[in-house]
Amino acid sequence: MITLIRPALVLIVALTAITGLAYPLAVTGLAQTLLPRQAEGSLIERGGRVVGSRLIGQPFAEARYFHGRPSATTAPDPADVTKTIPVPYNAANSGGANLGPTSAALSERIKGDLETLRSDNPGSAIPVDLVTTSGSGLDPDISPEAAEFQVPRVARARGLPEPRVRALVAANTADRLLGVVGEKRVNVLELNLALDALPPG
Amino acid sequence: MTINGWIQIALFCAIVLALVRPLGLYMTHVFTGERTFLSPVLGPVERGLYRVAGIRPDHEQDWQSYAVAMLLFHALGFLVLYGLLRLQTVLPFNPAGQGEVAPDLAFNTAASFVTNTNWQNYGGESTLSYLSQMLALTHQNFLSAATGIALAVALIRGFSRASAKTVGSFWIDVTRCTLYVLLPLCVPYALFLVWQGIPQTLQPYIDATTLEGAKQTIAVGPVASQVAIKMLGTNGGGFFNANAAHPFENPTALSNLVQMVSIFALGAALTNVFGRMVRDEKQGWAILAAMAVLFLAGTAVTYWAEASGSSVLHAFGLTGGNLEGKEVRFGIVGSALFAVVTTAASCGAVNAMHDAFTALGGLIPLINMQLGEIIVGGVGAGLYGMLVFVIVAIFVAGLMVGRTPEYLGKKIDAREVKMAMLAILCLPLMMLGGTAVATVVAAGLAGPANAGPHGFSEILYAFTSAAANNGSAFAGLSGNTLFYNTMLAAGMLVGRFFVIVPALAIAGSLAAKKTVPASAGTFPTDGGLFIGLLVGVILIVGGLTFFPSLALGPIVEHLAGAAGQTFATGG
Repeated sequence: MITLIRPALVLIVALTAITGLAYPLAVTGLAQTLLPRQAEGSLIERGGRVVGSRLIGQPFAEARYFHGRPSATTAPDPADVTKTIPVPYNAANSGGANLGPTSAALSERIKGDLETLRSDNPGSAIPVDLVTTSGSGLDPDISPEAAEFQVPRVARARGLPEPRVRALVAANTADRLLGVVGEKRVNVLELNLALDALPPG
Repeated sequence: MTINGWIQIALFCAIVLALVRPLGLYMTHVFTGERTFLSPVLGPVERGLYRVAGIRPDHEQDWQSYAVAMLLFHALGFLVLYGLLRLQTVLPFNPAGQGEVAPDLAFNTAASFVTNTNWQNYGGESTLSYLSQMLALTHQNFLSAATGIALAVALIRGFSRASAKTVGSFWIDVTRCTLYVLLPLCVPYALFLVWQGIPQTLQPYIDATTLEGAKQTIAVGPVASQVAIKMLGTNGGGFFNANAAHPFENPTALSNLVQMVSIFALGAALTNVFGRMVRDEKQGWAILAAMAVLFLAGTAVTYWAEASGSSVLHAFGLTGGNLEGKEVRFGIVGSALFAVVTTAASCGAVNAMHDAFTALGGLIPLINMQLGEIIVGGVGAGLYGMLVFVIVAIFVAGLMVGRTPEYLGKKIDAREVKMAMLAILCLPLMMLGGTAVATVVAAGLAGPANAGPHGFSEILYAFTSAAANNGSAFAGLSGNTLFYNTMLAAGMLVGRFFVIVPALAIAGSLAAKKTVPASAGTFPTDGGLFIGLLVGVILIVGGLTFFPSLALGPIVEHLAGAAGQTFATGG
């Protein structure tokens, strides 16, 4: 037994230092040198202020912006820290709704969201990603169909012709990797930044 | 289901298959003590470690010493991890000012990481400091993975040696695995992940002002270094609460594909290590083929179920599959495939919320874990789990023809079969026993977030995941309570050590046996008949054990959903 304690102690200490400190710190150093923008979180600045990260979705409610997917993230209730309150797109506490396929709560939520969305664009089929929460609650993307669905509302709110907005959506639609891997998607924050950057008129 | 979806699945399989032989060759060199191309750099480090630790490079252990060394190493790792978590408020690298980790949560998390489970009752970005993430979690990600691989290699030595007293040195196997396999793969992999967008910083969380003027605090940290080993080591414990669904843990379709490949890479390659070390690569391919049959069947079911969507979505006329709990960039196929991969291996990382999967889509991850994650498996854990089933399959074949069963020239006797059954039976004991307790006591019933059969599935999934050392969850379950922290930790510890120790006992007794030459009566174990028999034994043992529990959960939920029924909580 004694003959086993020395190697166990030495290896635990040495390998902990190597894998728990040297390795992450070396990777941090390399990443900060070689890929500083990504290593810091792919932040987007506008007018000298950080407006978000291109990888992290943020809440949009105004009609003149494209909206992301519903988000189920929460935060502690300021009135009672043992409870949580819904705070969509809380990027300090990621998580999903975790409602199962036979959940009455899921059914109720989708029903409510569908009614709100219908008034945006009556007559069009509603894409499924606009009424389902993402796994992280921070999904930065929507499907091209979900963007197309919102084009009339955004164009109306901004007084822009629909084709102009549609062209912007197309320019901000990313294809699958090599046309195969992943899904077509539109980054909501980048699309909205592009909208804001349009010259007035 | 789409053609493109199947092309993505085929692409994934092709990449994994292409890696099996090169990685298998390299790992064989590492574990037979040969020089590798990294020896000039790492050799001095390795020899220095041995000198300080008093390890003789030529000294090997019998299976009992190997097992005691392994248990001692785990016990120390457990104490270090528990201590670091409990002390995180007074230790450095805590820019977000994370508070104290409660004793039961620290106990659960320590058990979780030491056993390579990585069940997340902790919230990641809302609970742990950067130091806890690096020193406590990342280091155990390496060591628990290295231990798993070491054990698989020890069992392989049992098959490949004859009349031997020893099965290798635990210290050397763990050190070489960490230095020569895991670290050299993780450094470039972590940088690739940063390139894809995963943060790697010690800066505090970022305060952003959104376009609509709201405040958004964005959690960052040294994420990439942890994600790399969490995948390669099939640990699965996330830096963030949402795990690989979080855009900072899995930013792109490419990172998703590579992460899935890295979950399978080492486990699949170990079948080739097995083949090479028993001097017949076809034996390794036969085992991988049995794994592939189970994997492809599971993938087809989950992909089909998720692409078909759920009854709730259908009731509103929504098409396009079940996107609830999934990310747009991965879509249906990228999420369904990931779910099958992560539970086929004992990874447990998730890129979509399994809780929100359709009943049948979520059934497959459950079955994968209940079978013991023998499909590729956790690094090492899958192979020794599969070899345990091989022994049972060989035993059954022997009974059928009335001959003493043998495998790779080793006679399989009562002792090996008993040990194999012990390893196989401890999993249902913890999975079903734990579920049974939780469904009758109030503290257990307080856990589920969903009502009806889905609530039962949440409990079943938790105990299954814990005992199988997977770590994925039907995350609606409120697991961070005294009851679940303790019960699940017990499940993890039993699920790990009551499989490992019998597996080592098998290694010891096999290594001591003589090799008998193959004769005309020897059952060939590299052909389709054997693969079929092995798959059959796995499905029969698994089916008989777990079908009743599945019938109460996912299966009844599927039928209720098909009848248009929904379940409300509190009603």
